[in-house]
Amino acid sequence: MTAVAATAPAVIVDRAAIRRQRILGVAYLVMGAVVAYFLTSNIKTDATSTFVLKPAGSQGGLDIPSLVVPSMLTVYLAAGICAGFGAIQLIRGFGTRWSVVLAVVAVAFVFAFLTWAAAGKSVSLIGILQLTVQKALPITFGALSGVLCERSGVVNIAIEGMLLSGAFTGAVVGSATGNNIVGLVAAALVGGALAGLLAVLAIRYRMNQIVAGTVINIFASGLTSFVAARVLQTHRELNEPEKFSSLPIPVLSDIPIVGPMFFSGNMFMYLLFVLIGLIHYGLFYTRWGLRVRAVGEHPRAADTVGINVILTRYRNVILGGVVAGIGGAYFTLGSTGSFVHDMTGGRGFIGLAAMIFGGWTPIGGFLASLIFGFADSLQARLSILAVAVPSEFLLMAPYLVTIIVVAGLVGRVRMPAADGTPYEKE
Amino acid sequence: MKLELRGITKRFPGVIANNDVNLVVEPGEIHALLGENGAGKTTLVNVLFGLYQPDEGEIRIDDRRVTFQDPGDAITAGIGMVHQHFMLVPVFTVTENVMLGVESVRGPLGQQLDRPAARKRIVEISEAHNLHVDPDALVEDLPVGVRQRVEIIKTLYRQSDLLVLDEPTAVLTPQEDEELFEIMRSLKASGTSIVFITHKLNEAMGIADRITVLRAGRVVGTTTPQEATLESLAEMMVGRHVSLVVDKEPAKPGATVLEVKDLIVRDDRGHVTVNGLNLEVRAGEIVAIAGVQGNGQTELVEAITGLRHPVAGSIRIEGQAVRLEPRKVLEAGVAHVPEDRLEDGCVPAFTIAENLVLNTYYRPPYSNGLQLDRDAIGKEAETLVRDFDVRTPSVFNPVGNLSGGNQQKVIVAREFSRPIHLLVAAQPTRGLDVGSIEYIHRRIVEKRDEGAAVLIVSTELDEVLALADRIAVIYQGRIVDILDPESATPQQLGLLMGGSGPGEVAAAANGESGLVVTAHG
Amino acid sequence: MAEPLPGPAPAEGSTRGTVPDGPTLAARLGTTARGLAVPILAIFSALVIGAVVIVLSDVTFFERLQSDPGAALGAAVGEVLRAYRELFTGALGSPTDYVDAFTSGDPDLIRKAFVPISETLLAATPLIFTGLAVALGFQCGLFNIGAEGQLYVGAMFGTFAGFAFAGLPWFVHIPLAVGAGFLGGALWGFVPGLLKARTGAHEVIVTIMLNYTAYNLISWILKVPGYQREGRSDPISKVALDSSWYPPLVEGLRANWGFVLGLVAAIAVSWLLFRSTRGFEFRAVGFNPTAARYAGMSIATSTILAMTISGGLAGLAGTSIVLGVTHSLTFGISSGFGFDGIAIALMAASRPRGIILASLLFGALRAGATPMQSLTGVPIDLVVVIQALVIMFVAAPALVREIYRIRVPETTGLETFSQGWRA
Repeated sequence: MTAVAATAPAVIVDRAAIRRQRILGVAYLVMGAVVAYFLTSNIKTDATSTFVLKPAGSQGGLDIPSLVVPSMLTVYLAAGICAGFGAIQLIRGFGTRWSVVLAVVAVAFVFAFLTWAAAGKSVSLIGILQLTVQKALPITFGALSGVLCERSGVVNIAIEGMLLSGAFTGAVVGSATGNNIVGLVAAALVGGALAGLLAVLAIRYRMNQIVAGTVINIFASGLTSFVAARVLQTHRELNEPEKFSSLPIPVLSDIPIVGPMFFSGNMFMYLLFVLIGLIHYGLFYTRWGLRVRAVGEHPRAADTVGINVILTRYRNVILGGVVAGIGGAYFTLGSTGSFVHDMTGGRGFIGLAAMIFGGWTPIGGFLASLIFGFADSLQARLSILAVAVPSEFLLMAPYLVTIIVVAGLVGRVRMPAADGTPYEKE
Repeated sequence: MKLELRGITKRFPGVIANNDVNLVVEPGEIHALLGENGAGKTTLVNVLFGLYQPDEGEIRIDDRRVTFQDPGDAITAGIGMVHQHFMLVPVFTVTENVMLGVESVRGPLGQQLDRPAARKRIVEISEAHNLHVDPDALVEDLPVGVRQRVEIIKTLYRQSDLLVLDEPTAVLTPQEDEELFEIMRSLKASGTSIVFITHKLNEAMGIADRITVLRAGRVVGTTTPQEATLESLAEMMVGRHVSLVVDKEPAKPGATVLEVKDLIVRDDRGHVTVNGLNLEVRAGEIVAIAGVQGNGQTELVEAITGLRHPVAGSIRIEGQAVRLEPRKVLEAGVAHVPEDRLEDGCVPAFTIAENLVLNTYYRPPYSNGLQLDRDAIGKEAETLVRDFDVRTPSVFNPVGNLSGGNQQKVIVAREFSRPIHLLVAAQPTRGLDVGSIEYIHRRIVEKRDEGAAVLIVSTELDEVLALADRIAVIYQGRIVDILDPESATPQQLGLLMGGSGPGEVAAAANGESGLVVTAHG
Repeated sequence: MAEPLPGPAPAEGSTRGTVPDGPTLAARLGTTARGLAVPILAIFSALVIGAVVIVLSDVTFFERLQSDPGAALGAAVGEVLRAYRELFTGALGSPTDYVDAFTSGDPDLIRKAFVPISETLLAATPLIFTGLAVALGFQCGLFNIGAEGQLYVGAMFGTFAGFAFAGLPWFVHIPLAVGAGFLGGALWGFVPGLLKARTGAHEVIVTIMLNYTAYNLISWILKVPGYQREGRSDPISKVALDSSWYPPLVEGLRANWGFVLGLVAAIAVSWLLFRSTRGFEFRAVGFNPTAARYAGMSIATSTILAMTISGGLAGLAGTSIVLGVTHSLTFGISSGFGFDGIAIALMAASRPRGIILASLLFGALRAGATPMQSLTGVPIDLVVVIQALVIMFVAAPALVREIYRIRVPETTGLETFSQGWRA
C-alpha cells in the first residue's frame, strides 16, 4: 500500500494572526469612537487649538510660527482616521505594514487628545516634546543597562534599585564634595557595585535572577530611605548638590523643533547619545559584541569555542550597573537636585519595558523610551490646562502604556535565547 | 598528532562516568569509540576537550603531558570537536559562528570585526574539502546536515590535527552518512586523526581503523574491524549475549483507528512543516515513521495529540473528529509518550505517584471533583510500579531522582495503564540502556497484540526496522512511501528519507540485503 | 545491568524537590531541622549586617573613631544593643513588665504588658495574607510582585463596603466587607493573570505597573466626594461603620480576629495547594508547564485562577488593615506589606505553615521597629534593609552554606520558575 501525496491545499488559515487582526481593528474603532464622542465635548464650534513650536524665551534660531488648527474639525478628522483604519483592519488587515498603521492611528489619537486639551487655548507643543525627551532620558539609561545585561544572558530587574542608588549617591557625594562630577562618578561606581552583587548572586550562587533583582531593589529602597531619614534630615547640606546646567550645542540647538528637543539639554543628554552610539557599535560591529551576544544566545556554544562565559556575564552586568548608576544620578544631579525617598517611581521597570519594546537594541530602546517619556510628560504639561481628566489618571498614563506595550509585543520580539538561565558547566 | 588518554577517571554524584580509561589514537588514524547509551563516551571526550576536569589520569599529546582548563586550551593544542548537539548560535550567520572565538579583526583598537576576511577563508576551506555552505546564511535557516558541515568547517578553520565527532550520523540519512565518511577519509589522508563516537556497530566496522569499546565507564577492549565481528562487538558493548531482533508475531490489523488526511501544520516560526500528509494506522499494527529529524514528525505528533492546531486537513480517531486539545485527545483513548521525557513527559519534582496520575487525577477514583484521594493514588501507584518494574524505594520519591530508564517506565506505566486505542510514542528509547530498551519494545508489542493501534516516530533506523509492521517514510512533511520491513533495506529507506521518489528507489533496489544490527536489536 | 549515566549533565540538585509525604518521622524531622537552618541563619546574618548599617550610618561614629577608637566602638556596640533591645521588647514585651504585671495581679497592668505581643499579632496579620498571596503565585510559577497594589484595591473595596451599608448586623456586614476586599484584590490579580495567559505578558512588569496604577487610583478616589470624609480636605475616606469592624481578640488590645482569619486562610490555601484537584494543577503547571500541557491541563486556566486568588488574598490583607485597625482608608495604610509578602513566601518555601511563622517573625520586627525608632532614633527603614537581606540569604542557600560551612538543602521553593521573560 502506498501513500498518496495530497494536492495543494486551498487556503492556509492562521487563526492567531486573524484574532490579532480583529482585536486591533476593534481597538482602532473604539479609539475612533472615544475620540468622536469624548474629545469633542466642551469645544466651542469656532475654537482653535494653538500649538507653540518655539520654546518661550529662546533667542536665535528661526522664528517658527505656531501651529493653529480648528479644534472640532481636527478632532473629527482624527476620529475618522482611527475609525477608517479600524474598518479596513477588521475587514482586510494591512499585512506587513500593520505596525506603520498602528503608529499612524496612535499619533492621530494622541494629536486629537492634545487638540481637545488645547481647544480655545494655546499649549506649548515644543514644551511637551522637550519634556518628553527629558523624561525619556532616565528610562533610556535603564533600557541601555538592561540591554547590556540581558544581551549576555542575565535578567536585571534591579535597574530600579540601581537608579535609586545612583540618584542618592549622586546627590550626597555631590553635596559632600561640592563637585557634581565626583558625584556622578560615585553614582556610577555604586551602580556598578550593586550590579556586582546581582552578578554574584545570579552567576555564582545561581539565585533566581528575578528574586535577586527584587532583593536588590528592596535593599536599595530601604537603605536609601534609611540613610535619608537618619542623616539627611539633620544634615541638609548633604542633600543639596549642584546640578549640571544645560549646555545647548551652538548651531544644532537652533534647528527648528529638533534643536530644542535634542541639542539643548545638559551633559546627561549628550552622554546618553554617546552611550547609545558606543553600545550599538560595540554590540554589532566588534569582537567584544559578537562574544557577548554568543554568550547570551548559546552560552554552551560560546564555552566550547573558548569564551569565558562567566567572566563575560560579570563584565556586562557590572557595566550595566555603571550605566544605571549614571542614569540614576540624572534624577538628582540632572533634574531636581535633592534626593527624595523612592524618587525613581518605577522608571527602572519602564526602562525594562522599553528594552523589550526596542528589541534589546540601544536605538530601539531609545525610541521606545520616547513613547514612555511622552506618557510621562502628560501630567506635568496638561494639568496646567485644567483638563477634564483628573491628574491622577494622567499620572497613570506611563504605567498603562507600559502594560499595553508589554502585552501586545510578546512573541513578536526576539529576546536573547539564554536570557535568565544560569550557566552550568557540569 | 598522537593522542593518549591514560587512566582517565571522572566521577559525578552517584556515578562513575569514566573509570580508568586508556585510549591511544595514532596520527592519521580513524578511531571509533563504541558503546551504548550511557557508557561514558561523551563524558570522555568532554574531558578531552576541556569541558570537564578529570578526577584522575592524564592526557598526552605527542608524548607530552597536557592539561586543558577549558576548551580554549584544547583548541590551541589542535583538538577540534563536533558535538552531538550542535554548538551553533542560531541567530548568527555561518561566518559569525565559524569565526566566534578566533575572530578576524581590524581597525586601530583591533576590535572591529572583519567579516570579509573570515568569509574568504571559509570559502577556501569549504571548496578544499567539498563542504558546501553559504557563509551568509543564518544557521537557524539551515537544515541539519548543512549545520554539521558548518561544525566541521569550524574545526578546520582552527587547524585541528585531531577531530572528535560525537555521534555524527544520528541526524543523517544513510546517503549522507556515506558523504560524511568520504570527508573523513579525505581528512585522514591529509593527516588529521579522527575520534568517532557511535553506538552503531556497522559504522564502526565500516570506517574505523581501530575500535575501542566502552561499557559502564570502563574500556572493555580495543580491536580492529579485521579481528572483530558485529556479534563480538555487540557482546563487548553490552556484556552478554544479545539477541539482535525483536521477538514478535506477525500483525493482525483490524479497523482503522487513526486517519490523517491532507494535514497541514505550521511550526513555531510559521513554516509549513507538515504539508498535505496522509496516514492511516489500524488496530493491532505498529506503524513506524522513519525520517530525518526536521521533516515534520514533531509537528505531526503534536497535531495528533492536540498540542498544535493544524492549519488545514483532518484527523480522525476511530472515525470521530476529536476536538484537538490534549485532554480531549487523551480522553478519546490516545496515549502519548513524548520525545523529551524530562521536559514534556513528566514533572521531575513531583513524586512517582503524582506523575502516574498526571492525566487522570481529575477523575474518580483519584478525585471527587474537588479533592484528591491520596490513598487511591498511592495504591494505584504501588500496583503500577510493581507491574512495570520501576526500580525505586518508594512511590513518593520525586521522579527526577530516577534513572532515565526508570523515568521512561513511569511514563509508559502511566500511559499504558488506561484503556487506549492508539499509542503515539516519539523516540521511545532515546538515551536508554539496552535493558530498558528491550523492555519498552516488549511492552509496545504487547499493546499492539492487545489491539491498540501504535504509531512510533523514531530516527533510529534499527528500531524502526525491528518494531514496525509498516514503515512510513516522511520527507518534507509528506509520507513519500510505505514499506514492508521484511523487504525494506536501509538503503531504500535512506534514499526515501533523503528525498528520492519511490520510483528511483525501486530502480536502485539491489543494494545490500539483510537487517542492520545494533546491540539493542 | 549497567547503571546508565543520568545524561550529559547530571540531574541538578534542585530537582530533588521537597518531598510532600516523607517516609519516616525521623527523616521528616531531620528534613525540617535542616530546612530551618537556612531561615534562622538568614535572620541572624541579616541582623548582624543590620547592626553594621546602624553603626556606620551614625555620623558621629566616624568623628569619635578618630579621637578615641575604643570608646567609639564601645558606644557603637552599645547603640546597636540598645536598638535591638527596643526592637525585641517592642515586639514581645519586656520581661520585667510581665513579672511586675503578674505579681501585682492588676488586670490593667497585665493587659499593658501584653501590648507588644498584641502589636506583633496585629502587624503579622496582613503579612500572612500577602505571604499566602505571593506563595500561591510561586507554586504556580508566577511572580506576583503586585501584592501591594492588590492590597490597596482590596482595601478600597473593603472600606466602601464598610461605610456604604448601614443597619447591617455584624455577622452580615463583616463577611460582606471581607468579600468586597477579596473581590477588589482578585480583580487586580485577574488582569495580570489574564494578560499572561492570553498574551504571555510577563507578570513581573504588569503587576509592578498595576501597583503604581493602584496608588494613583487610591489618590484619586480619596478626593471623590462620595468617598472622601465629609468636612476633610486631606485624602482620607469615610469612616467604616462599627458593624464592619473586626472585633478585638481581647478587650483593650489592638490585636483582632483578623489574625484568626489569617490562620483560617492559611489552612484553606494549604488545602487548596496540596489536597485539591485544582492545586495539583497549579503545582504541575508551576513545576513543568510543558509536561502539564502534554498531560492535558490548561496552563491558561491555572494561571488566571492562581493570579486571581492570589490577588484576592492580598486584598484581604488590605481589609485586615482598614477594617481591623484604621477603620478608614488613607494613603499610608501599607508600608510595603506587599513586598514583605515576597520575603515571607521565600522564607517559608511557599508553604502555608511556614508562612504563619515567617509572618510572626516579620510582624515582630515591624512591631518593634516603631518603639525602636522613637526611643533610639534608628529609623524604621532598617527593617526593610533586614528584610531584603533575609530574602537574599534565603533565596541563595549556597551563600549561607559558604558562609557558615554547613550542609543545607538546595531547595528554595523557587524551582517552579521558568526563567527570564519566557511565558
